[in-house]
Amino acid sequence: MLSSTADHLFWMARYTERAENTARMLDIHLQSTLLAGGRSVSQREQAARAMLTISELEPAFLVSNSALSSEAVLRYMVSDTGNGSSIAGALFAARENARAVRGAITTELFETINVTWLELQARLADDAWEDDRAAFFAWVKHRAHLTRGVTSGTMPRDDAYRFVAIGTALERADNVARLLDVKFHEADVSQIQDWDAKGEYYHWAAILRSVSGFEIYRKTYRDTITPSRVAELLILRADMPRSLLAAMNALCNQLENVANKRSADTLRCAGLLRAELQFARIDDVLSRGLHAYLQAFLERVDEVGRRISNDFLVN
Amino acid sequence: MNFYDEMFGLNGARDVPLSHYTNYERWAKTYSTHAMEAKRAQADAAFRQVGITFAVYGDEAGTERLIPFDLIPRVIPAQEWAMLEKGLKQRVRALNLFIHDVYHGQRIVKAGVVPASQIYLNAQYRAQMQGVSVAGDNYCHIAGIDIVRAGEGEFYVLEDNLRVPSGVSYMLEDRKMMMRLFPDAFSALPISPIEHYPDMLLETLRSSAPAGVDAPSVVVLTPGMYNSAYFEHAFLAQQMGVELVEGKDLFVDDGLVFMRTTQGPQRVDVIYRRVDDDFLDPLVFRASSSLGVPGLMSVVRAGRVTVTNAVGTGIADDKSTYPFIPEVIKFYLGEEPILNNVPTYQCRKPDELSYVLANLATLVVKEVHGAGGYGMLVGPASSAKQIEDFRARVVAKPEGYIAQPTLALSTCPTYVDSGIAPRHIDLRPYVLCGKETQLVPGGLCRVALQEGSLVVNSSQGGGTKDTWVLTE
Repeated sequence: MLSSTADHLFWMARYTERAENTARMLDIHLQSTLLAGGRSVSQREQAARAMLTISELEPAFLVSNSALSSEAVLRYMVSDTGNGSSIAGALFAARENARAVRGAITTELFETINVTWLELQARLADDAWEDDRAAFFAWVKHRAHLTRGVTSGTMPRDDAYRFVAIGTALERADNVARLLDVKFHEADVSQIQDWDAKGEYYHWAAILRSVSGFEIYRKTYRDTITPSRVAELLILRADMPRSLLAAMNALCNQLENVANKRSADTLRCAGLLRAELQFARIDDVLSRGLHAYLQAFLERVDEVGRRISNDFLVN
Repeated sequence: MNFYDEMFGLNGARDVPLSHYTNYERWAKTYSTHAMEAKRAQADAAFRQVGITFAVYGDEAGTERLIPFDLIPRVIPAQEWAMLEKGLKQRVRALNLFIHDVYHGQRIVKAGVVPASQIYLNAQYRAQMQGVSVAGDNYCHIAGIDIVRAGEGEFYVLEDNLRVPSGVSYMLEDRKMMMRLFPDAFSALPISPIEHYPDMLLETLRSSAPAGVDAPSVVVLTPGMYNSAYFEHAFLAQQMGVELVEGKDLFVDDGLVFMRTTQGPQRVDVIYRRVDDDFLDPLVFRASSSLGVPGLMSVVRAGRVTVTNAVGTGIADDKSTYPFIPEVIKFYLGEEPILNNVPTYQCRKPDELSYVLANLATLVVKEVHGAGGYGMLVGPASSAKQIEDFRARVVAKPEGYIAQPTLALSTCPTYVDSGIAPRHIDLRPYVLCGKETQLVPGGLCRVALQEGSLVVNSSQGGGTKDTWVLTE
């Protein structure tokens, strides 16, 4: 397939995934703010800053905003189209990429993405989404589910489908790692003496819910929620669909299907990263320091992304 | 002025439709006004969802607009269509022979039918194509011929479009929409199908590949997603199952054209280009163009890639060439033209210029190189000041203009704000020339939504209608 088409499909999928993950992140922020009614102003500010830190957006935010308030950050992450990680920015980019290759995707898929964009306009108009923020975030997630479902249900299993899958997997690996990094940092992991002790229930439950992992956690461990097991589930469990290992599995499988003459090193890089997750033990990860571990992971995912771009998308 | 109405005829009583509309009317009466309103809203929402929008140049607010779609079809009886089809094939066959002759030997110039100046001094003449062989001696693979009706059986060709005619996607989408809104009509009435157009187009393109290519690789070349007709480019590529490419996706190497794919370079044999000549190859034409493919013309000249439509077809659809076409048909085919030209005054001729200047208020004056309804004067619909402004432009550059009597374009009942009213229409059928010359029974019917307006172009606020050619 055309390199430029693959490029658009790759980014269409990445932005679709990003919009969903931003909605998930904002949703748990909202929930934890509700729970912590008595939090101090500085704690609130801290929580608002965390939303920006996840996507490394604090400097960009401060260019157009003077004060760091929860409301300003929410608006920046929901409706600011100048911000490619905001829901509106990501859905706009997804739709523009889809429009550029509307001949290479099914009509159903284009229409799904197009309708998402059209409905978003209605929901953002006059700040209508603010009337029920949770419902708005649920809608964004629902549209992402629908887009994935239409992709899976209507696209032939050709290279177009594979580059969509690669984009989705890569973006998910990146976004989940960022979310974990910030949320574990928020819990102040340096203070965690005993990783297996029962943690602060609401904090960990919210993280699990943000990646649709709460019920899976219960099913998998049938036990109380501890930071160590949360980390294990979201990093190392292949059966948890939004874990880092699951994302890397999907990425590696699809990469093998599109391999070309130049891509051997890229497959090796991605395969190595997958193998390390596959055979790692959570104790080793934690003793090395979760933050350092996730930062290293993010750098390597970023490298895989750059290599995919060089090998397939801009030759 | 009296107008012929497609549904009621000339001066016909407004409640007795012509015979080919009788069945339509009987069927349409089963829908209440309210039901029709609902269908209109449904159509609007569906077009937005599908994303069938077009960009209007110079219109900041409306970067994406819908082309208004009208629910009342234009119905063409079988025998009228048979005549049109024959006339269209005849005309396009002659145009093809003419273009080939222009670039090989100019028999028609030597015979004194068309003056040499008309060809060599024409901005649309492409010296780069002189003596170049193209596959099957075929130049205009896709021709959009604009036809209007003045009276009963009185059809005129208003314009030939032989470069990159657009609009066929609207013809297909309008039909799809009508079938979706009114499935019962298509079982109740004998309406010719047109949905196989993309199939016919693909067959035409494949059969136009350079000699010796067995399984030709076909692509659609678009200027990109910000072009006003981008939807159509993507739509046709998708419907034919071929790649939609931009100039940057293609490159020339070792005398062949390739596209950049995820598996490395892949050869391209046929390029259905929706990019104008001027932008096709920066090494030969406009050097600043980033829409084209450097070196493409060298491959064309070597006959190792087919570009459709061929470079240089503008010589035959130029408005200053138009008056010669009836003679062109007689010269190459030895036949009388089946479809008439509109009588045309060429302002480059002094005596015709003085007639035009004396009668501006009753004529339609067009720029020779104009398109899209821009740069024209409709005398009867213009103010004295507009006429005087236009007069100055014509006097300053007479060779840049032609003029025609203002035709009494036929009307068709159309939904407008005040209900149903007659509005002027035209028809653009699409003629395909590959191994054979063929067309689907129908075309894009454009309608001028402003009361009394004769300009149907979508860029001027025109809408579209489905066209029903009856099979019996």
